[in-house]
Amino acid sequence: MQYSWDFLIYFKPSLTGEGDYWELILHGLWITVSLSLLSWAVAMGLGTVVGILRTSRSRPVVWAAALFIHLFRNVPLLVLLFLAFYVLPELLPPDLGRRIKQADPVVGQFVTVLAVLSLYTAAKAAEIIRSGIETVRRGQKQAAEALGLSRFDSYRYVILPQAFRIIIPPLTSDFLNVFKNSSVAMTIGLMELTGQTRQIGDFSAQPFEAFIAATVLYSLVTLCVIWGMRRIEKATRVPGFLVGE
Amino acid sequence: MFKKSMLASAMMAFGLTQAVAAADAPTTLKKVESTGTFTVGTRAASFPFNYLDDDNKQAGYAWEIVERVSDAVKRKLGRDDLRVQRMEVTPQTRIPLVANQTVDLECSSTTHNAERENQVNFSVTYFVVGTRMLVPAGSPVKQWTDLKDKRVAVSAGTTGERMLRRLNEERQWGANIVLSKDIDNTFMMVKTGRVDAAAMDDMVLHGLIARDKEPGKWAAVGDIIEPEAYGCMMRKGDAEFKALVDGVIVDMMKSGEMTRLYDKYFMQPIKVRGGFSINAPMSDEIRELIQNPSDKIH
Repeated sequence: MQYSWDFLIYFKPSLTGEGDYWELILHGLWITVSLSLLSWAVAMGLGTVVGILRTSRSRPVVWAAALFIHLFRNVPLLVLLFLAFYVLPELLPPDLGRRIKQADPVVGQFVTVLAVLSLYTAAKAAEIIRSGIETVRRGQKQAAEALGLSRFDSYRYVILPQAFRIIIPPLTSDFLNVFKNSSVAMTIGLMELTGQTRQIGDFSAQPFEAFIAATVLYSLVTLCVIWGMRRIEKATRVPGFLVGE
Repeated sequence: MFKKSMLASAMMAFGLTQAVAAADAPTTLKKVESTGTFTVGTRAASFPFNYLDDDNKQAGYAWEIVERVSDAVKRKLGRDDLRVQRMEVTPQTRIPLVANQTVDLECSSTTHNAERENQVNFSVTYFVVGTRMLVPAGSPVKQWTDLKDKRVAVSAGTTGERMLRRLNEERQWGANIVLSKDIDNTFMMVKTGRVDAAAMDDMVLHGLIARDKEPGKWAAVGDIIEPEAYGCMMRKGDAEFKALVDGVIVDMMKSGEMTRLYDKYFMQPIKVRGGFSINAPMSDEIRELIQNPSDKIH
């Protein structure tokens, strides 16, 4: 192995004249984090709604929700993103398609990834939420009805608070996946952390150092998420709930 | 405690590998002699430098240089039984693979620049390219300065991107640069009207236009501002092997073989996607290079 290591590369100016390499890395990190947090927020909202609809009593509603989940869960994220970015604008009315394509490129790329990543993550979250709802014991649902709560209120006050406590651990995994999945943005040219890293590796001919930086940063971000979710899990714990019976 | 010992062992492992590399760095030829294998990098679609043709055979202007060097290695070591092993590389993997001595020689569309010299040696230059623009025929963009408030796509991580971003700042062209994943995506961005122009190596650009269904719809514009040298990559610090490779390339230039190769790959049809001809007459830079071979960075 004759690789010549240079860990000072981070502090050298980029060949593009746009600042030091560490600034480019931080810029990539900022895009990764903002993209992932926004996607997660949208996905949680949408996923909760779809997850609840999956447990509806109306057949057409259940089917519609199932169709959404299967569409976005069964197609690879990379393919979805490619379709949304390159193919969708060509299928829209020419005027609208042109407007989309002429939008600010970085904004266009960011919004496309945000939409696709949110839908993809929502589909997975919806299944977890459905399973959480179905895990709540039937007696609880019957008791809610017996108390005279409306459907909405029984979900709001009885079923969902229990379901969400049950699914915090699997949701944490999905939350972590959002950060890692956001790296597909690179394939349509959005320079998030992985894209920026790859590019710095190419520019500086020091790819290992660049990827080491990315590895450390992804790990730090995901450790923060794990820590945060643990805190939420502890803070919302109800004594006696979720203990072995 | 645990963390400290982990760090220490990591540092030791790191120090050790460095020490081993310094003490025990056999030259390329010694390694080839002892293993009986000469490993060369191949590319799937680096037209017309190193690629798989329609008959699924490796071909290309730079690939033929690899074949000549392989023959020279066999002659030098006096071993006809030497196995030439091919290993597929990509722009991202080629430098680490040469640096860590998995690949002994890589000749394709690899630009020789100062940063890469930290990791690898470069041979005498065998080709000169430059970044130009692909635009729809009749586009108002004729020169780089016409890019003001226009969108221009470029493949991320290429030397073209580096040049475009730097000159866009320095010379205040005011272009809106859109990054894309690879050459095919860059072309697609122009085709779908997402950008007004695409910046790329002139030979790649001629190749894309030539193999498009309607070549008349596209034009190549913009002068070459900074020519770039293509060279073969090999392991760093191995002067003996570099001398051998340089010798082969210079001989090809002196004997007129390089000029014949140019004609074969850039003027005649090549066997890719049914056959097309790039049709790019030799530039003054390349003519000059063949007369006075050098391994300087452009």
